[in-house]
Amino acid sequence: MNLLKISWSNLKDKPLTSFLSILLMALGIAIISLLLLAGKQLEEKFTRNVAGIDMVVGAKGSPLQLILASIYQIDAPTGNISLEEASRLTRNPLVKSAIPLSMGDSYQGYRIVGTNEKYLQHFEAEYEAGKVFSGAMEMVVGSKVAKNLELKVGDTFASQHGYDKEGDVHEEKKFKVVGILKNTNSVLDQLMVTPLESVWAVHDSHHEEEAGKGANALKLLEEDTSTDEEHHHEEEAKEITSMLIKFRNPAMGMMMARSINQNTTLQTASPAIEINRLFALMGFGIDTLKIIALVIIIVSGLSVFVSLYNSLKERKYEMALMLSMGASRTKLFFLLLLEGLIISTIGYVFGVALSRLGLWLMSKNVEQNFHYDFNVLSLLTEEFWLFLGALFIGLLAAAIPSLGIYKIDISRTLADE
Amino acid sequence: MIATQNLTFSYSSEKNFSFPDFSCADRETMLILGKSGRGKTTFLHLMALLLKPTGGKIQINNQEISDFSVSTAADFRAKNVGIIYQKPHFVHSLSVMENLLLANYLAGKSQAKDLAKHLAESLGFAEHLHKKTTQLSQGEQQRVSIARALMNKPSVILADEPTSSLDDDNCLKVVDLLKKQIEEIGASLVVVTHDQRLKDVVEKRINL
Repeated sequence: MNLLKISWSNLKDKPLTSFLSILLMALGIAIISLLLLAGKQLEEKFTRNVAGIDMVVGAKGSPLQLILASIYQIDAPTGNISLEEASRLTRNPLVKSAIPLSMGDSYQGYRIVGTNEKYLQHFEAEYEAGKVFSGAMEMVVGSKVAKNLELKVGDTFASQHGYDKEGDVHEEKKFKVVGILKNTNSVLDQLMVTPLESVWAVHDSHHEEEAGKGANALKLLEEDTSTDEEHHHEEEAKEITSMLIKFRNPAMGMMMARSINQNTTLQTASPAIEINRLFALMGFGIDTLKIIALVIIIVSGLSVFVSLYNSLKERKYEMALMLSMGASRTKLFFLLLLEGLIISTIGYVFGVALSRLGLWLMSKNVEQNFHYDFNVLSLLTEEFWLFLGALFIGLLAAAIPSLGIYKIDISRTLADE
Repeated sequence: MIATQNLTFSYSSEKNFSFPDFSCADRETMLILGKSGRGKTTFLHLMALLLKPTGGKIQINNQEISDFSVSTAADFRAKNVGIIYQKPHFVHSLSVMENLLLANYLAGKSQAKDLAKHLAESLGFAEHLHKKTTQLSQGEQQRVSIARALMNKPSVILADEPTSSLDDDNCLKVVDLLKKQIEEIGASLVVVTHDQRLKDVVEKRINL
């Protein structure tokens, strides 16, 4: 027999009321915790993938879409741009490095990205098996792709057009896996990377010849000395989806970006700006959800308040009885506080568990759709503060009605019944 | 033992009570008879230190207790006085056993499970120890409240109308049980009641 046991018995004695209070507390905690977790992990993912890219060049359209498609591989590509036009930009002395990307095909739901070796170097990719591609139709696959599709070096397969599983299959040209990457914790893990030439080869009828031309155009990327005449030979040159650019001096680069937007058919987008915009947009929704969660937690506090207030009226005699049996008023005050604290604590534990379950379900769903995954089990420092907040609300809700203990007239209460 | 001298109490200037002196030795039973409104419960609450008298003296075990502070009184009451109320009331959410042990816990004594079982045996509710108190009949509840009053082996037991809700059979049984129990632990028993049936079984009595 001790205070904790009496409190616990009192809660068990009113299972429905206690359940409601705990449920409300758990729901509020779960929503806030889920928002914190998802927001944090999303932000981490987003910032990790964006590192080292100052600007993305692509077709005109939504800059956010361009960023999402080119850096995070989660939206549809904006459209194609001329490789030649894009390459010309890269000869600007402000550009430190440029990585061309050609997207649009997939295999078993995983995106195939046509690019060059620099893309792999950008992610500091290491090889689990095999080596980097050395020619068209060779393929390096990310760790998650290899694991989920059980691909090995030497496997061959045909890609599909588009990102649907029902897309047309490019039967006539098969890819060959030459390398499997180690986990990089970046978007690369869910990608299949191949030279640009492969993408052209797959999509053109007389692919071999065209692929050769494309390779010439590619050389321009590396040779800053190439002349304008050479470009004119490539009138019918190849197309790519976008180009990832790193500047020598990002501030000066912004001026270059403005000039590209005004003077060419191309569009530039800054990942930092677009992602901030995205978070600002999501932020509004997240703030609204946080307010809803807060309201739920406060209602939980109210429910504790009302149930203790009512039960204190019912239990007035019980309290007087315990006082006559030697309990101090402070002891009984703590007894009632404990009920609020127990509800807060149980609600918090269930809430955190619920948020983990929610995140796990979400990550399964997200992984299926976007091949993005979340680390489910980490505990955040914010959640510690959330615990203190929950305790505070439980305490406050219990303390106000419990003060009634100090007003009980023992003799009168015992004599009245 | 318990004794009072010149005990007075007033709720307001119009409602004054003065109570007759009495003294009740160990293993003795004192019956205080009186009709409703004569201050029976007030008298009992004064002896139990639930009310502070406006005048007079109370001794329990030759110790003057009328001038105790609230917290000293609570502690003294818990350890030395067992109270049986008119209607048996319990902590609703706890079992019979837990309600008995609660008396030990609140008095700051070690929890005597064996004593609780022994009392349950001799008062005849041993098979109900793990039930909720609300599942017991009125008579059984009254016996549990007697057991609770005995849990701390008090020197004085105060009973407020312990028999008024019982039939003749149970009435005599309860008085018998109480007498037997105070014999066993060497306590004084003070019964406050309007129940005339008790006149015949208790020798020492005063009228209010």
